[in-house]
Amino acid sequence: MDQEWRTVLEDGTCVTRSCAWSPPGDHPVGCGVRLFVKDGKLVKVEGDPDHPVTKGRLCPRCLTLPEYLNHPDRILYPMKRNREDRGKDAWERISWDEALDLITDEVVRARETYGAESIVEFTGTGRQAVMYCMMFANGILGTPNVCYSQSGYSCYGPRTVATAYVMGVGYPEIDNACRFPDTYDHPGWQRPNYIILWGKAPLESNPDGFFGHSIIDLMKRGTKIISIDPRINWIGTKAEYHLQLRPGTDAALAMAMLNVIIGEDLYDHDFVENWTYGFDELAERVKDATPEWAEEITWVKADKIREVARIYAKNTPSSIAWGLAIDQNKNGVQAGHAIMALMVITGNFDVPGGISVGMRDNNLEPLQSLNRWEILPDETRNKMIGKQEYPALTNVLGQCQPDLVLDALETGDPYQLHVGFFESSNLLTPTACAQPKRWRDALRKLDFIFALDTFMNPTIMACADVVLPLASYAEGDGVVLTHYGLNVSFVGPINKALSMGECKSEIEVMLDLAKRLNPDEWPWKTPEEVLNAKLGGLTFEKLREMGVYQPQVEYKKHEKGLIRPDGQPGVNTPTGKIELYSTVFESFGEDPLPYYTEPPYSPVSQPELAKEFPLILTTGARTFASFHSEHRQVPSLRRLVPDPIVEINPETADEYGIKEGDWVLIKNMFGEAREKAHLTPLINKNVVHAQHGWWYPEEDPEEPNLFGNWKSNVNSLMPHKQIGHLGFGSNYKSTICSIELAD
Amino acid sequence: MHQNALLVNYDYCTGCKSCEIACRNELGLSADQWGIKVTEVGPFQIDNEKWEWDYVAVPTQLCTLCKNRVAEGAKPACALHCLASVIEYGPAEDLVKRVKDRGLKKSAIYLI
Repeated sequence: MDQEWRTVLEDGTCVTRSCAWSPPGDHPVGCGVRLFVKDGKLVKVEGDPDHPVTKGRLCPRCLTLPEYLNHPDRILYPMKRNREDRGKDAWERISWDEALDLITDEVVRARETYGAESIVEFTGTGRQAVMYCMMFANGILGTPNVCYSQSGYSCYGPRTVATAYVMGVGYPEIDNACRFPDTYDHPGWQRPNYIILWGKAPLESNPDGFFGHSIIDLMKRGTKIISIDPRINWIGTKAEYHLQLRPGTDAALAMAMLNVIIGEDLYDHDFVENWTYGFDELAERVKDATPEWAEEITWVKADKIREVARIYAKNTPSSIAWGLAIDQNKNGVQAGHAIMALMVITGNFDVPGGISVGMRDNNLEPLQSLNRWEILPDETRNKMIGKQEYPALTNVLGQCQPDLVLDALETGDPYQLHVGFFESSNLLTPTACAQPKRWRDALRKLDFIFALDTFMNPTIMACADVVLPLASYAEGDGVVLTHYGLNVSFVGPINKALSMGECKSEIEVMLDLAKRLNPDEWPWKTPEEVLNAKLGGLTFEKLREMGVYQPQVEYKKHEKGLIRPDGQPGVNTPTGKIELYSTVFESFGEDPLPYYTEPPYSPVSQPELAKEFPLILTTGARTFASFHSEHRQVPSLRRLVPDPIVEINPETADEYGIKEGDWVLIKNMFGEAREKAHLTPLINKNVVHAQHGWWYPEEDPEEPNLFGNWKSNVNSLMPHKQIGHLGFGSNYKSTICSIELAD
Repeated sequence: MHQNALLVNYDYCTGCKSCEIACRNELGLSADQWGIKVTEVGPFQIDNEKWEWDYVAVPTQLCTLCKNRVAEGAKPACALHCLASVIEYGPAEDLVKRVKDRGLKKSAIYLI
């Protein structure tokens, strides 16, 4: 970039160029921003027109960042509260020294009395914390227990782990040209003919760092959309095909598409022969998975399945973006496996306009390099919760199987946990757990809990004893890598523009605590040293001057020996090929081939319960106005979406006497939530969609109200530990419910 | 003399409302004022396969075409931040030509 990274305007306003990440949350999209600071205050955020990917474009969340930073409820100082006051607004400001001493004493006491594994660190999704959580837990606290508490680890983990096992690469993403400085004009790049958006809403969610609106850029260049989603969202109405499937039946649909593509000989023989393993077994498995079979299960007409399978197979290069719907499904690993087969047998693997995959780069260390896992003694590592029961999950993620953490908290089996750390996780609000009241009660058994966050939230209010003030992305130096480094289209510097109160960045807090808790194993002294270690061949200073770094791109890396660590052609799986028949799944006792199973709570699997709860409940679609439970207190964003919305088909609403704007009680055998009705013909008559992430920062913070945390808590309706064989996948997007007018 | 204008192509407006907020930031408007406002047509069904659902961003009489920004060589705030890049600024005649050249279907040119 031509411009300096920092400039001062005539009136003294300091303008800092940066790449946005979090907090406040979003995935690591790294949108180019210019932060205007006057008299020590963030006064304005603008898009950076020089950023090669976002080119000045920004969503409402960054445009309202001053409202977030300058909000009167922002946590600006460390605070403590007596353990018996959990749930009460009885916080007392303390110094950083006192806060760090309290934490150090409790961590050391737990380590010495019960062992370091009695400490558990909870991390949420999307924020910078995701990149540092294991470094923090393993390298500083000394515990192997990092817990992303959503039942079945139902976000990103299932897809990335299944990809590692089946494809032997980083995350497969749409080739949207964002790796090239000249993006869509790059010679040799091609637009995808079709993009299948499968259970994914990239415009609102910018999934995992993928700039969602690049889909629109591609559509303007002629790319057509095939949308697979129980809701027809806006982009679905612009799609050439929309398959409105029954929630949770993705595996059946994908298998039927494979049945058509293989049965009609529409696959890429050359690719299949040279680069895949187990094609014949896959062909045999899907032989009976006819479109007619799938129509019965998925509600999608057999003819339409056939037509879409043919269109997709005959229009290489095309791409598939699979979404959270694959993770939030007990049968999701199999759905994902079948979708990966669709990606590869059609010749779309790592070709221009197809599926891009990650690649080693000399300027970047792999994500795991700073995790500090290796410094834990074997004995401690083996005590990670879930390591014995679900090694397929824990071995790749290096984190606990979350359902078993709730079990351990409740029962003390395999051992009692004593100290907790909420690192950017508001898990009790419907974001990252099932059965939130059980989690609340279980967490409160811990001797001591500390938290690091930007705002008081229901989880901290209910459970924590010490809270540390966390810097936003405008208040600390950092780096942002799309897909957290698993498939990087660019790396951007996060440049500190100002300080607020006594807030510290994640890295600064790690440095403070490392000094006290593990100085011998912590080689870094400044945030810049940590970032330089993360960057490998590139320094933070250099990155900051460059503006962004876009790694080199090669297509067909499997042919060039650029994927396997040994430099041989192929992919990083046991057979060296993409495993349509997964030898890894087999080694874990799972079926090596894709199969379909009914969601555990559906009208088909639970006909008796369905008499009382006749509708299918799907949850979790995002809006532009928030990131999961974040941003609810930002006035300009709250005005965009003031209330939690449950979408109901007008005919269904009529049947239940519900009108637009009525409060609706959504109920099932596990719990209930209240949301406001929005009637839309875009949802099937038998399905309702309820938003997640709702709490009410303006309401009474104390228990029992807890910022209204239980009023619209859709995760109250989700079961505990209804997960797949490998420890993944809970059906947050496909359960059953009833609806009625709320009081 | 050229008359400058805003072109809004709503084939691809995704309804993100970045324009509303960027404009309010730029002009210092209150929460109940808009220099540009996103309205909605639909969703309603055309036939078994087709739906009508458009977001339409409409400048209001508060719009100044970002005179000050433009004088400094920057884009108007709505045009710069529009996630779908469907708002463009320039001489009205050029914008008409762009609509024709690119075959944009649903477009409006606002002479402010």
